[in-house]
Amino acid sequence: MSAVATNQVSRIPSSNRPSAEPKARRDVLAGWGRYPFAECDLYRPEKLAELQAVVARNSRSLIPRGAGRAYGDAALNDQNRVVNLERLNRMLAFDAETGVLRAEAGVTIAEIIDVFMPRGFFPPVTPGTRFVTLGGSLAADVHGKNHHRASSLAAHVTSLDLMLASGEIRRCSREENADLFRATVGGMGLTGVILELELKLKPIPSAWIEGELIRTANLDQAFDAFERADEKYDYSVAWIDCAGGRGTLGRCAINAGNFAAREALWSRAAQEPYRIAPRFPLAVPFELPAIALNSFTVNGFNTFYYAFSRPSAHRFFDWRWFFYPLDSIRNWNRIHGRRGFVQYQCVWPLAESRAGLSETLEAISRSRRGSPLTVLKKFGAQDGMLSFPMPGYTLAIDFPVTDGLFEFLDEIDQMVLKRGGRVYLAKDARMRPEVFRAMYPNLPRWQSIKAKADPENRFSSSLSRRLRIDPE
Amino acid sequence: MLKVLILGATSPIARGLAMRFATDGARLYLAARDPHEARRIADDLEVRAGAPALAGAFDAEDFSSHEEFLRNAVGELGGLDGVIVCFGAHAEEERAQVEPHAALSEIAQNFTGAVSLITLVARHMEAQDTGFIIVIGSVAGERGRARNYVYGSSKGALHLFAQGLRGRLWKTAVHVMTVKLGTVDTRMTWGREGVLLSISPERAADLIYRAYRRKSEVVYVPGRWRFIMGGVRLIPERQFKRLSL
Ligand SMILES: Cc1cc2nc3c(=O)[nH]c(=O)nc-3n(C[C@H](O)[C@H](O)[C@H](O)COP(=O)(O)OP(=O)(O)OC[C@H]3O[C@@H](n4cnc5c(N)ncnc54)[C@H](O)[C@@H]3O)c2cc1C
Ligand SMILES: NC(=O)c1ccc[n+]([C@@H]2O[C@H](COP(=O)([O-])OP(=O)(O)OC[C@H]3O[C@@H](n4cnc5c(N)ncnc54)[C@H](OP(=O)(O)O)[C@@H]3O)[C@@H](O)[C@H]2O)c1
Repeated sequence: MSAVATNQVSRIPSSNRPSAEPKARRDVLAGWGRYPFAECDLYRPEKLAELQAVVARNSRSLIPRGAGRAYGDAALNDQNRVVNLERLNRMLAFDAETGVLRAEAGVTIAEIIDVFMPRGFFPPVTPGTRFVTLGGSLAADVHGKNHHRASSLAAHVTSLDLMLASGEIRRCSREENADLFRATVGGMGLTGVILELELKLKPIPSAWIEGELIRTANLDQAFDAFERADEKYDYSVAWIDCAGGRGTLGRCAINAGNFAAREALWSRAAQEPYRIAPRFPLAVPFELPAIALNSFTVNGFNTFYYAFSRPSAHRFFDWRWFFYPLDSIRNWNRIHGRRGFVQYQCVWPLAESRAGLSETLEAISRSRRGSPLTVLKKFGAQDGMLSFPMPGYTLAIDFPVTDGLFEFLDEIDQMVLKRGGRVYLAKDARMRPEVFRAMYPNLPRWQSIKAKADPENRFSSSLSRRLRIDPE
Repeated sequence: MLKVLILGATSPIARGLAMRFATDGARLYLAARDPHEARRIADDLEVRAGAPALAGAFDAEDFSSHEEFLRNAVGELGGLDGVIVCFGAHAEEERAQVEPHAALSEIAQNFTGAVSLITLVARHMEAQDTGFIIVIGSVAGERGRARNYVYGSSKGALHLFAQGLRGRLWKTAVHVMTVKLGTVDTRMTWGREGVLLSISPERAADLIYRAYRRKSEVVYVPGRWRFIMGGVRLIPERQFKRLSL
């Protein structure tokens, strides 16, 4: 019907176009944690041919960037080039039979929900914010509250198109260029630019989550409750209190649920199962003094903890509240004050999780550095080379940047490492290279694939230099 | 079903307009210099709005191809109710200020190319006595400025051309709308210094679409530019030429 076939690869710009590469904007960028900042030459192509020119016509170091929701320096490239993919956000094909969506890397999880929730589909995996791009999410191989059932995002991606440093576009899947596929998911943008990918969406019966909020008084109870919840529910996550003293350390509010069957909904919702009234977003207008943090998050925790009077409350959750409690407060990252913050997320193997968690929580609680509100979650099976998850428990906690923080976190690193755990690159801004190396044993294999795909090491970032990920 | 041709469809402003027309059920033909890129945008419209869209190639500077291009596009669309003229170029202003062929090329991309295409479109619409033509101009066309006068003069000429056409067609049911666009956050302004009051392309598309639905004839987008340009026009030339605008 149309003049041009869909799957043709775009050509380099025609000769009447300026031959110079597209214009860059000098920008000071940061990740979501607002630490560190880096001065970069930022490009934002709106066409494939423009992207190709950015990638292939200049040999200076380059790193792709999505929505900038990684916390640390993954999408930064100090004194070098960064290419923002947000304008390459076309949805290219959707098959309602199979739920497979083909879309460009700049499409966000929020856009997918807007377009497909009314048709009865939801992203198969989503991080705790929906304002992330598909490219950024796949490059970090993100996990969601359903990791124990559904694994990470890559498990639902059947193929991806990768632009290499030469400008050449290569289709990668588990069958075709399988090595490059495995090195690119979780590869933090270092193998090339993900242009588009094929993702299998999850059919859902409604937009509501039916589940419960379980309160536990300590860690042992929490572990038991997690085991039980994960048998019953697709989604589960716990908010855990790590400020409290002896009595309250490890208090948890576990949130678990499944998408609700239409029959379970009350009559008005059942008539329009995918409709939920819009809400007005709140905003944090500027950086608050660091003092504000404690009361903000303590209250946050108490809100979760005491939200329901009965210890186990069966009920329906609005999907936004359930999956994205923080998305309703725009720029909430400013509450941690001017120096910014880092989020520390680690995981322990299952057998070490109980011991690892309590020793770490105690150390954090003694240090009084952490935000009192942290997130605990159980992971299931995981595939991949640099992907973060492993079967076991993961903890994520915010730390405002203060004097001595990094030394303190180095100590925590050692506690995690000695139990065979690891730290998440998408949240990291400060880990040491030797620690990283020990935590990610697949690195040498990854490096040999990277060296083949990017022999001149053109794709590198502040993170890759700090952690010496790049092949030597 | 409304049949709409978009010229310069790879502009993000054009893409935003295409989305609004498609959501309201129009059938679209997306024409651009890079037809593969236009095809991707058409695919996006199909997925998001469920409306099939056509895509094809045209070059504003290639005058001799316009008649055939338009005949084919109208044929494929099965008629023509509206045209959005959204192409334009500003990237080579510095070169255009010192090299005649670069200046003439910029003027062809912003003005004479549009004249050629709009003239053909107007003939078609006058004959069928109905239709609309949306012409994307610029506040840069309101006063010649050192920084962008090649671009500005071509957009200014485009405004006058559209104005005259509106005068010729007022007795018919053909709606000619001139959009005087302020700064929009697109490739055109990315990385350029002194860009103020920029709005997103989605917002621009929204305001243009609303003006079209109101049947506006000349519209500033966003509206505050009416007052800003009113002020800018009042500055005496002697002073104005000294301002580094
Ligand atoms: C409030 C909040 C909650 C979060 N919750 C979770 C969670 O539950 N689970 C989880 O896993 N993560 C979580 N994250 C982290 C977030 O999901 C990841 O950092 C994700 O990578 C961010 O995507 P982005 O589009 O913002 O990418 P960016 O932050 O811009 O980039 C992240 C990485 O992806 C690379 N990249 C970006 N685009 C491309 C591309 N097109 N091709 C190749 N590489 C690319 C970059 O180079 C960089 O290394 C959370 C973050 C926030 C702010
Ligand atoms: N951005 C602003 O601040 C601003 C302000 C006022 C007015 N405008 C006007 O708004 C319109 C859209 O611009 P934009 O900001 O969205 O920038 P843009 O993305 O660069 O859009 C310009 C479009 O014109 C096309 N084009 C250029 N020369 C062409 C030619 N010879 N033949 C066919 N197509 C050609 C481009 O196609 P290619 O992709 O092939 O280059 C592109 O699709 C333009 O008319 C512009 O003048 C923009």
